[in-house]
Amino acid sequence: MAASPAATLGTARSEAAAKPARAPLVTMARIRGVLARIVPPVVVLALFLLFWELACNRPGAGLPAPSRVLTDAWDVIANPFFDNGGTDKGLFWHILASLKRVAVGFAIATVVGILLGTLVGQSEWAMRGLDPIFQVLRTIPPLAWLPLSLAAFRDGQPSAIFVIFITSVWPIIINTAVGIRNIPQDYRNVAAVVRLNPIEFFWKIMLPSAAPYIFTGLRIGVGLSWLAIVAAEMLIGGVGIGFFIWDAWNSSHISEIIVALVYVGAIGFLLDRVVAGLGRLVTRGTSAA
Amino acid sequence: MTASPAHLDLSQVGISFTRGGRTSEVLRDVNLKISKGEFVSIIGHSGCGKSTVLNIVAGLLKASTGAVLLDGKEVSSPGPERAVVFQNHSLLPWLTVRENVALAVDKVLAGKKSRAERAAWIEHNLALVNMMHAADKRPHEISGGMKQRVGIARALAMEPTVLLMDEPFGALDALTRAHLQDQLMEIQVRLRNTVIMITHDVDEAVLLSDRIVMMTNGPAATIGEILPVPLARPRKRLELVEDPTYTHCRAEVLEFLYARHAHPAVAA
Repeated sequence: MAASPAATLGTARSEAAAKPARAPLVTMARIRGVLARIVPPVVVLALFLLFWELACNRPGAGLPAPSRVLTDAWDVIANPFFDNGGTDKGLFWHILASLKRVAVGFAIATVVGILLGTLVGQSEWAMRGLDPIFQVLRTIPPLAWLPLSLAAFRDGQPSAIFVIFITSVWPIIINTAVGIRNIPQDYRNVAAVVRLNPIEFFWKIMLPSAAPYIFTGLRIGVGLSWLAIVAAEMLIGGVGIGFFIWDAWNSSHISEIIVALVYVGAIGFLLDRVVAGLGRLVTRGTSAA
Repeated sequence: MTASPAHLDLSQVGISFTRGGRTSEVLRDVNLKISKGEFVSIIGHSGCGKSTVLNIVAGLLKASTGAVLLDGKEVSSPGPERAVVFQNHSLLPWLTVRENVALAVDKVLAGKKSRAERAAWIEHNLALVNMMHAADKRPHEISGGMKQRVGIARALAMEPTVLLMDEPFGALDALTRAHLQDQLMEIQVRLRNTVIMITHDVDEAVLLSDRIVMMTNGPAATIGEILPVPLARPRKRLELVEDPTYTHCRAEVLEFLYARHAHPAVAA
């Protein structure tokens, strides 16, 4: 090995030499892979914005061009957190209010949906009795429930939550029922031999076995709730992204509507991803039987 | 047990299934007495109802006629004292190997053993089938033979009075099957369990059993013949190949299955 003056240099060089031995974090192949996924949507989005800009960037156009949306609605984009009291709040507060309603309605729908789905999936009698009713009720558009729930609750807030609930509960019920009906006889036999009681059977066999189906239902349900909340809030008023859009329409702030729509789309996408990711986390191992 | 010589007693057991208004009789007049510590195989062509016999003993199916008595008590529902090793292992895919055994142990032995004793008992049974190395794996991460070993561990861990095995090695390749049969014999030497095993493998039946119950073909299948296998234990696979008793028993079973009660689909 090298003598003492060169020793430090020597170790430094060997460290540098050791580094490439490990797999480098950023390889050309990985960069290419990421680019292959990112480039197409960016190109398409750019083309879309360009087309929109060209189509609307003239006097008398019905909709503002993207550049005008930015300038018109800059206040709304730049200050999502302002709160002037009443309904005069930033987009963040409106979206938070909507998300709260969805969270409550969807949580109720999850519990009720899984319980009813289990009942329908487990009992032939319950299925024969309830399934026709479900099949009819689930085709009713979310907003058609709103007047009825307003009449029943006499208040906007619970009515909106009820609309979320009634919209998202059907896919949860139906998918849970399918999942419960698809529990292999083997698992039931195991439970019978071990003598699990019905409550243990529900928690230890039914829920995990039907989890992939349940999460499919939850994913559809959360998407539908987000669809319904915007429409419901347009009618009930108060704070909420739906109300924000309707309010912007009434004040002819078309650019603000467009900004709000971008947010609504992004949040809807996120909700879907979150439920899907949660499903993957919970059901890992289950699908690969 | 004083006056009752039979540990497990099937008397006049029959079962019929009704589907779409048509009743088909699957089993009729099945009579079988099994004593404690005995290893009995039930062999027959596919579709003869041998698994049905096992499911009736397990309590998973209800006999239409007759009764099954275990130590003088009638069997009416499934229970851990008649633990089943299922044909397709039936492990719960969302649980690890250890958790699969624990599900049974924690439920069945909850009153008998403390938490620490149960944990040790789970490890003991996993060790018994040599599965300690994969205790934290999920069923889809281990081979078919390993899954079946876990299935056996789960059943044994319930401390059954009668161990019921439904073609436990049917889905495995020949080498794995031979290996598991040897392991099962080793375990059997130690535990002296009462076992009923369903099989369609003649060699397996002769190698493992004290008696072989041969079933006639359905409909209304019943026990055609019961063959004792007077081979000393422990049995060694390689030594038995030349053994005249082994060859004789094997020939008897083959003769029953292929000459006198050939499979209906093949005979037709």
